Amino acid sequence: MEYEISLVTAVGISVLFALSLNLITGFCGQISLGHAAFFGIGAYGSALLCKMGLPFLLSLPLAMLLAGGFGLVVGLASLRVRADFLAITTMGVGFLFVGVVRQQERLGGEMGISGIPDAGFSKLAFMLLTLGLCVVAALFSHYIRRSWMGQVFNAIAEDEDTTRVLGVDVPRFKLAAFAMGTALAGLAGALYANNLKFISPDSFGFVESMTVLSMVVIGGIGSVAGVTAAAIVLSLLPSLFTFVGEYKLLVYGGLLFLMMRFSPDGVTGALRRAMAHGRR
Amino acid sequence: MKPLLSVNHVTVRFGGLTAIDDVSFEVKSGELLGLIGPNGAGKTTMMRAIVGVVRPSKGSVMLEDLALNSLSIDARIRAGLALSQQLVKPFREINVQDNVAFAAGSRKTRTPTAALCHVNRQAERALALDALGRVGIAGYAQQSPKTQPLGVLKRLEMARALALKPKLLLLDEPLAGLNSKEASALAQTIADINRQGMTIILIEHNLSEIMRICQRLVVLDNGRKIAEGLPRDAMNDPGVRLAYLGGDADAAD
Repeated sequence: MEYEISLVTAVGISVLFALSLNLITGFCGQISLGHAAFFGIGAYGSALLCKMGLPFLLSLPLAMLLAGGFGLVVGLASLRVRADFLAITTMGVGFLFVGVVRQQERLGGEMGISGIPDAGFSKLAFMLLTLGLCVVAALFSHYIRRSWMGQVFNAIAEDEDTTRVLGVDVPRFKLAAFAMGTALAGLAGALYANNLKFISPDSFGFVESMTVLSMVVIGGIGSVAGVTAAAIVLSLLPSLFTFVGEYKLLVYGGLLFLMMRFSPDGVTGALRRAMAHGRR
Repeated sequence: MKPLLSVNHVTVRFGGLTAIDDVSFEVKSGELLGLIGPNGAGKTTMMRAIVGVVRPSKGSVMLEDLALNSLSIDARIRAGLALSQQLVKPFREINVQDNVAFAAGSRKTRTPTAALCHVNRQAERALALDALGRVGIAGYAQQSPKTQPLGVLKRLEMARALALKPKLLLLDEPLAGLNSKEASALAQTIADINRQGMTIILIEHNLSEIMRICQRLVVLDNGRKIAEGLPRDAMNDPGVRLAYLGGDADAAD
């Protein structure tokens, strides 16, 4: 049972991480190839705070603040770039994070941080906490979708210039998406660190950024249910088929390519079309 | 009476090219002003300088007592301008009514916090229906913009601008691409909206419609203002005739 519990917890953390990128890329249309950096900032933040003696639960909001704060800075720096350029900029941020962490002895350097104090939860309670936070994040995403903020995000994703001409302060909304998405990634990172009790720079590199982007794209950009489902399936894949673990980037890259070629709106879009076709 | 909009000595340069050269004019409240000129005269650049897409290198634009120069595009829109673009750009994933409702909700989308706190859009949808009615396409409210002809999309673009409840409406070639019957009908709609109290600047190439509905004209050529006044007087100006007909204006008589 222990294995299943830790597997479900890991899947839950992936879902949370994917939902966080969905706020930025899915809702607001801002591509990010360095999202793992914010996952890492949350993980390192929470790990260090817990090692300093702070209670785990208190480290969660602080990890969110830290990641969201960095997200805001990166967002501010990225306001002038769009599309491909934004992708390159965020990719740079991802590499920068790993590069800095590797060099900092205080952050554990290459060796990472081990011996993160126990959160004082049973494995089961930790799993339930993670799943509970997933539900809250999914409900929050769903609420955003329905709110005026969701409408603005859709508008920005479709046509930024027209949205501005309709009186919307586009940069401010993009920053809001960045802040919320990166804060949520920080929360997922904090859970990740405290679940494994060990973190190293390798867990927050380009492969992780691509993995989470695959989840969002394959699930169907913007669809909360689709992204959740894709995060579950894709994070289970390496556990179910061990060979996937070795060829993770190849498998995810291949899936990304197939999606972009045949169903740019993801599995959700393909299903919707299939259903519309079925009704006819 | 104080003008609603005043453009003072505006100069716009793109590198070495002077697109607008020291142009000044005013728009009075309630007026329908035609901004005309041959291709490349700088009309659209002028409109862009008013809205804030391009920044003048010299001169200022005032909306009543508010200096617009330092404001971003969206802040100028919130201050009371609305732009109906030459190339129609509806949001394609939502229906015609929701396109207009989005503009009508500009109070709710003022800040991210306000936008996050509001879900209900009944009131905006009602306002949208009203704006669609004013431009004569209320019957298309539930349709997708993807399948609409240009004539409907032009009106949608205008309804969206109206829904912002602007003090000044800027229309950039709303008649372009329409056949003469559609153009004449839309020109009539523009005149009606103006009669209901909306101040409008109209950029157009369709001179017969301009002459029919505008109360005053500003004529640009090569970035300079070459005439201003009542439509008939402006069009009879030798400089204007020269600009439009080229070469020797008398030869065209």
